[in-house]
Amino acid sequence: MLKETSLVPLVAATGVVRRDAQRGTMLLHPTNFTLNEGERVAITGPSGSGKSVLLRTLALLDPCDAGFVTWRGERIQRARIPAYRRRVAYIAQRPAMLDGSVEDNLRYPYTLATYRDARFDRHAAARLAQAAGRGADFLDKFASDLSAGEAQIAAFVRVLQLAPDVLLLDEPTASLDPASARAIEALVSAWFDDAGSARACIWVSHDPEQARRVAARHLTMTAGVLAEAKDAR
Amino acid sequence: MNAYQNLSLLDIGLAAALILVNGALSVALNLGLERRLLIAAVRTVVQLLLIGYVLGWVFAFSRWYVVLPLMALMTVIAGLAASNRGRRTYAGQRVDSLVSIWGSSWLIGAFGLFAVIRIHPWYEPQYTIPILGMILGNTLTGVSLGIERMTEELTAGRGAVEMSLALGATRWEAAQGPARQAVRAGMIPTLNQMAVVGLVSLPGMMTGQVLAGQSPLQAVRYQIVIMFLIAAASGLGVVGAVVMTYRRLFSPDHRFMAARLIERKAKKRGG
Repeated sequence: MLKETSLVPLVAATGVVRRDAQRGTMLLHPTNFTLNEGERVAITGPSGSGKSVLLRTLALLDPCDAGFVTWRGERIQRARIPAYRRRVAYIAQRPAMLDGSVEDNLRYPYTLATYRDARFDRHAAARLAQAAGRGADFLDKFASDLSAGEAQIAAFVRVLQLAPDVLLLDEPTASLDPASARAIEALVSAWFDDAGSARACIWVSHDPEQARRVAARHLTMTAGVLAEAKDAR
Repeated sequence: MNAYQNLSLLDIGLAAALILVNGALSVALNLGLERRLLIAAVRTVVQLLLIGYVLGWVFAFSRWYVVLPLMALMTVIAGLAASNRGRRTYAGQRVDSLVSIWGSSWLIGAFGLFAVIRIHPWYEPQYTIPILGMILGNTLTGVSLGIERMTEELTAGRGAVEMSLALGATRWEAAQGPARQAVRAGMIPTLNQMAVVGLVSLPGMMTGQVLAGQSPLQAVRYQIVIMFLIAAASGLGVVGAVVMTYRRLFSPDHRFMAARLIERKAKKRGG
């Protein structure tokens, strides 16, 4: 994990700043950050400290007030943003399910222009669901009948079947039962191991225990300032 | 044909007294609507008397440079009224309402007046004013419902919109669901109206023509034309308004600008 070759980072933020649009208060102070292949980063910090802000900025879901984000060393052009988000997947704390069955939800990304070249593979999806401890009927369930844990698992399957290179996980297990949380950790770890050390993820978490389990590099966020954790191994 | 019955001010007063029925209901059921009833009644009388005088003058003094500004004024009032609804708004909503209503009503109105009815001269106020008015009234409803629904759908469905974007949807792919709902919501009143016209409701213009001694068959033909003009104008207006709302709330770099949606301050409903 530590043998860093001189390769270009997957995702890098250079001097990104985020301000509250209405009040002008600083949400994220000027921040430099790089995420390299094979890295698993955990960010901890109190709520409202800007962890989500950073992840959403990296996912380009919110506009930067200054600075920029690069993908493999290059600025991301407007037209390439959907393609970037295909490679760098953001998962929110609360899963958003569309009407219909779990399978309908899993099929949804393939209706998007970015995934023109990909096709839904029911077996692959079922395998992922199984790896998360879900039965064979999971794909046929109605999204509205899912528990919070099941919905989040479905959301993970929806993303992981697309084989992204980077995961930006915004406290995905914060409101889940321990069993679902473990299932999701297992899914992410299987996804990570799948590609040697070509992938990377950032996991925002409240829980120091979880941060230790899922990541090798630890950062903290305090009042919009990102720092390496002092207790880092 | 019977002679046309002119109404005296006394006749109007007699009808206006009926507002007391509503007033009595409001008092009996404790609805607290007395004040609003009074204001509504006064506005009905004053606005209509006023427009009666204005139209009387415009019809007598039929010049394009009088008719056109009046039509523009009607359109602006409709645009502002349409932007006054809904719990949420955004910077530029007024412009969007105005532009979509103006564009669609005048385009379809021009088609109706010049291609179908073929009026002469082109600004003949006896036709232009009432027909534009009917188109505006319905387009206004459609546009305001469409924008209202769009902002509501985007607020309630923000999670789904951002999920789509995060998966790699373009801004249009992410906005499609809410936009469809909004266009449907804006077009349905017109469709409902078209389905029951003549059975449940006799439209005002048709009634008016019949009262004025026009043969019902001719009045009905006019009404059919008007219904299609209304349907087309409100359809175009709704789509235009929803697309403009979409462009305000989604940036070209495929972001949903949720912060641009502002909750309207609670205030008394204006006209």
